[in-house]
Amino acid sequence: MAEKEEIARALGEMGQDSAVLTKSNIAHLVATGHTWLSLREVPGVHLQAKRTSDGIAAELTVSEGARIENPVHLCVGVLEKRGDQRINIAIHLEARSAATFMAHCFFPSAEKVLHAMDAVVDLGREAELRFLEGHYHGPFGGASVLPKADVHVGPRARYVSDFSLTTGRVGQLYIDYNVEAEEEALAEMTTRIFGHATDDIRIRERVALAGKRSRSLIKIRVAVEDQASADVSGITEGREEGARGHVDCVEIVKDQAVANAVPIVKVTHPLAKVTHEAAIGSVDKKQLETLMAHGLTPAQAVDMVVTGMLR
Amino acid sequence: MTELLRIHSLSLSADHKKILDGLDLTIAEQEIHALLGTNGCGKSTLAFVIMGCEGYLPATGTIVFGNRVINDLKIHERARLGITLAWQEPARFEGISIANYLSLGSPSADPARYLQRVGLTPDEYLPRMVDKTLSGGQRKRIELASVLALKPKLAILDEPDSGIDMLSMNEIAAVIEAFKAEGAAVLLITHREEMALVSDRASQLCGGRIVFSGTPSNVARHYKARTCIVCDGNECGNG
Repeated sequence: MAEKEEIARALGEMGQDSAVLTKSNIAHLVATGHTWLSLREVPGVHLQAKRTSDGIAAELTVSEGARIENPVHLCVGVLEKRGDQRINIAIHLEARSAATFMAHCFFPSAEKVLHAMDAVVDLGREAELRFLEGHYHGPFGGASVLPKADVHVGPRARYVSDFSLTTGRVGQLYIDYNVEAEEEALAEMTTRIFGHATDDIRIRERVALAGKRSRSLIKIRVAVEDQASADVSGITEGREEGARGHVDCVEIVKDQAVANAVPIVKVTHPLAKVTHEAAIGSVDKKQLETLMAHGLTPAQAVDMVVTGMLR
Repeated sequence: MTELLRIHSLSLSADHKKILDGLDLTIAEQEIHALLGTNGCGKSTLAFVIMGCEGYLPATGTIVFGNRVINDLKIHERARLGITLAWQEPARFEGISIANYLSLGSPSADPARYLQRVGLTPDEYLPRMVDKTLSGGQRKRIELASVLALKPKLAILDEPDSGIDMLSMNEIAAVIEAFKAEGAAVLLITHREEMALVSDRASQLCGGRIVFSGTPSNVARHYKARTCIVCDGNECGNG
């Protein structure tokens, strides 16, 4: 019970309403470490959670044609200073279903915590999934977070994801996402991270536009300061007629931080088109001077640009 | 009229080329002063020097604002004295709403009021971001509104008419006059002589110095004749 209260408090610190875990019309799954604490299904959302030999696993299914009104909340993390959490998650949205998943990942006291997530996401024909993932890592920088996902976006389906880790220390974060989009499918992935101190950020996001007229956008926004480092790779492959993809990466570097970006675009069909843009550096001088001409100090101007970019 | 800005003998070089060359200029409180000049004559450079932008430190000369020499002040310090600048091509910002942007220097300002003054509908624009989803013309209007909301003593408007369709010119002229109505002086930088007619006084810049000052119509006539371009410096002394 104390853990549920602690999770509710962590949700509050992440700016979320902890009451979502008590409402009967909102589905949720809650786990700390390798213990499932709470699970609620709603009509159209079927959840299964179990313990495995080396961690925990969950299956989340949204029934064919179901349009889930309230977001499904996934609360996972480790409350203690030290610990592991290894999760396998399978998410399946059946044809023409639609849902928003909100993942709250909390490591508020992490001094030496491992969180490894392997996710398989499958969207049926014309299904729509918004997957919003917010992280809260506390001030110590001891979290190692390794999320890996394989996402299949079926014909005319829509997959929109938003990963955000902008408060607290990152620690180690190695993101590895692979998305395959079928005919007329849409994949939009946004990632926003702010690294401090010695945080180590590595992002690899790849989209294969495997279907005709499939579309994608990979948008990555990273700010690093102090001695933090960021290594970002956005990859898009256009394999079919009418496929359109874009990779948009901006990294702001402060102090002695280091960042690099490798946008990779590959086209194997003459009627596919993939574009990219990447900008790395300190805060744009013109942006700074514009804000300073409005009376902001240089430090206030930098904060405003960084905060805005990560919003 | 009380003098607000006095620039004396201002010079600035870049890459061994003189951009400003002993420039003198005065602007009175609540005066709209148009600065006419062709592309590359140093108009924007002068704007950046007055604002204190990085890389625009004058080699010689003084800039006095009110009774204070401001040569050594940083941009935000000049802004807090009441000087501000609307860039010719304003920067764009992800994640900053127009409502927030219009309240930057003055949290008590009513953003809706200033949007209306530049011909934009508050309900439509306040929630939008100051990012690349705005057209060039929309972004310029937002910049004018934000500068107006600062209630400056001196607003430097760098070609507010560029990128604006001809039908909207009267609206831009009305916005420039609004600055004066709000108590501000305006340094209006333009290369369109018709835009200069909104001013109280005008100057023509050529070769990095003021070559002609007077009433807007006289300066516009002088500018239109392209005297400096054809004089090889014999008339304006900038050969």
